[in-house]
Amino acid sequence: MEYVLTKNWHVPDQRKISVAEKNDAYSSLKKVFGMTPLQIIEEVKASGLRGRGGAGFATGIKWGFIPKDNKKPVYLINNFDESEPGTFKDRMIAEKDPHMIIEGMIIASFAIGAHTAFIYIRGEYHRPWEILEEALKEAYAKGYLGKNILGSGFDLDIFTHRGAGAYICGEETALLSSLEGGRGYPRIKPPFPAIAGAWACPTIVNNVETLSNIPYIINNGAAAFKKIGTEKSAGTKLMSASGHINKPGVYEVEMGLPIRTFLEEHLGGVWKGRKVKGVVPGGSSFAPLTNEEAMRTNLDFESCAAAGTSLGSGGFYVMDDTTCMVRLLQFTTKFYAHESCGQCTPCREGSGWISKIARRIESGNGRERDLNLLEDVCSNVVNGRTICVFADAMAMPVQGFLKKFRHEFEEHIRLGKCPHG
Amino acid sequence: MSFEFTIENKQRFEGYLKRYPQKKAALLPSLWLVQEQQGWISPESMEYLAGLLDLTPAHIFETATFYTMYNMKPIGKHHIQVCNSICCCLRGSEGVVQYLKKKLGVNVGESTADKRFHLSAVECLGSCGTAPMMQINNDYYEDLNEAKIDEILEKLK
Repeated sequence: MEYVLTKNWHVPDQRKISVAEKNDAYSSLKKVFGMTPLQIIEEVKASGLRGRGGAGFATGIKWGFIPKDNKKPVYLINNFDESEPGTFKDRMIAEKDPHMIIEGMIIASFAIGAHTAFIYIRGEYHRPWEILEEALKEAYAKGYLGKNILGSGFDLDIFTHRGAGAYICGEETALLSSLEGGRGYPRIKPPFPAIAGAWACPTIVNNVETLSNIPYIINNGAAAFKKIGTEKSAGTKLMSASGHINKPGVYEVEMGLPIRTFLEEHLGGVWKGRKVKGVVPGGSSFAPLTNEEAMRTNLDFESCAAAGTSLGSGGFYVMDDTTCMVRLLQFTTKFYAHESCGQCTPCREGSGWISKIARRIESGNGRERDLNLLEDVCSNVVNGRTICVFADAMAMPVQGFLKKFRHEFEEHIRLGKCPHG
Repeated sequence: MSFEFTIENKQRFEGYLKRYPQKKAALLPSLWLVQEQQGWISPESMEYLAGLLDLTPAHIFETATFYTMYNMKPIGKHHIQVCNSICCCLRGSEGVVQYLKKKLGVNVGESTADKRFHLSAVECLGSCGTAPMMQINNDYYEDLNEAKIDEILEKLK
């Protein structure tokens, strides 16, 4: 397969613009400025590129939502708040090939008519932030950013904006609240950011990996991109692999790759010669798969959806057959209880309640009615009862664990302790 | 304990203002600047920022306390943040937390008496492939074991 995103990761000093240019960095810009913004949007639409941050929304269609008669400034925001447990691919792009991100942002900004763009990067990513700052400096010095880029008449400034520790700021409207200088509180949609986003102006929020795909699409054409992957999931996907496997790391795979192949041929199988008990393919916010389910599922949006989970952001982690699923759910719910922003009562209270029940069961003090209670709380926070989908992201794994590994929960409650010791 | 930006930081602050259509948006970067200068966000620094950004001190306080990385009180020189989230837990992060508690003689959320270290347990730091891991100030330390932790802490005077 052809590597779209990682082809230069092995190159020493690929972070330096002089080296990156030798490997075609910014080579797409000449072509870009010879096209109209509409042509670029059509090309991205035709490529079938879908968002890589978790929701999988069609990128070109999103760009097309900017109102045609708009008189306000337009903003592009690169969502680099990567905080989903299991996901660490965006950090690797920034560390290995930061100019690819910037090039993608220049093209996207030109397509949507943005002259100011921001990279909202999570505060913990201090070193990647420094790398990006350095790369931006180099891009300005070379005339790829600033006024009249390459004589095209197009002006663009890109700034970094550091978050300060809040998972919710990866939700696009919470990100906007945070960018504007407040708490990271999500906003009710509609209006969608493309209509009224940052400072109530039309705004496009795209994930780092999504934007990094754009230069390839411009250089090679939509058809070349669409040839990779499956019919509804075009292109490659960066998978962050972790947990009980022999070779954790970031892998670029063609969409549609069977999980079985990924696990055996890329990740070196399960560690310590053990077997798989469960797999989470797309990050902690989705239901886990049992070994049996995982072995008949592929790494693409539609196959994961058919299996009742999601490819999400590609946070792929494996649990071996010695893993206590009750303990794992306790860790999962602890995360959501800690990260709920507190704006909506069902989520604020529900996340804490769910976490307490999970902790109670894990510590051997669970009660017969606790499993129904967990399900009850979940069903009371999902499906639009809160401003954003954080509550659904919390409920999906809880419901999935209870459905697929219920006997472990029942055993914990019955024995009053963990059977795994 | 009054607060004022150094001349250099004042210039950086002025630079932030140019990036955004509204002053208020410079709040998060400004709080980072305060923390860089004095290690924590003091009430005086919030009053000071309120004056610079035409915001109420209450808005600054409610914003600063929303995020986990702004220190609302002074802490030890080296801030150890152990990732204790899902994927790190699969590879033994709890042992790392326990070991550090014992080694430093502090609980999570406390600083050592000599103010050299501060220990926190945090959620996913986006380094799951190298679990268990921790962040100390701006750097990630990965694939941890007890010997490695000893070595890392030894170097941080």
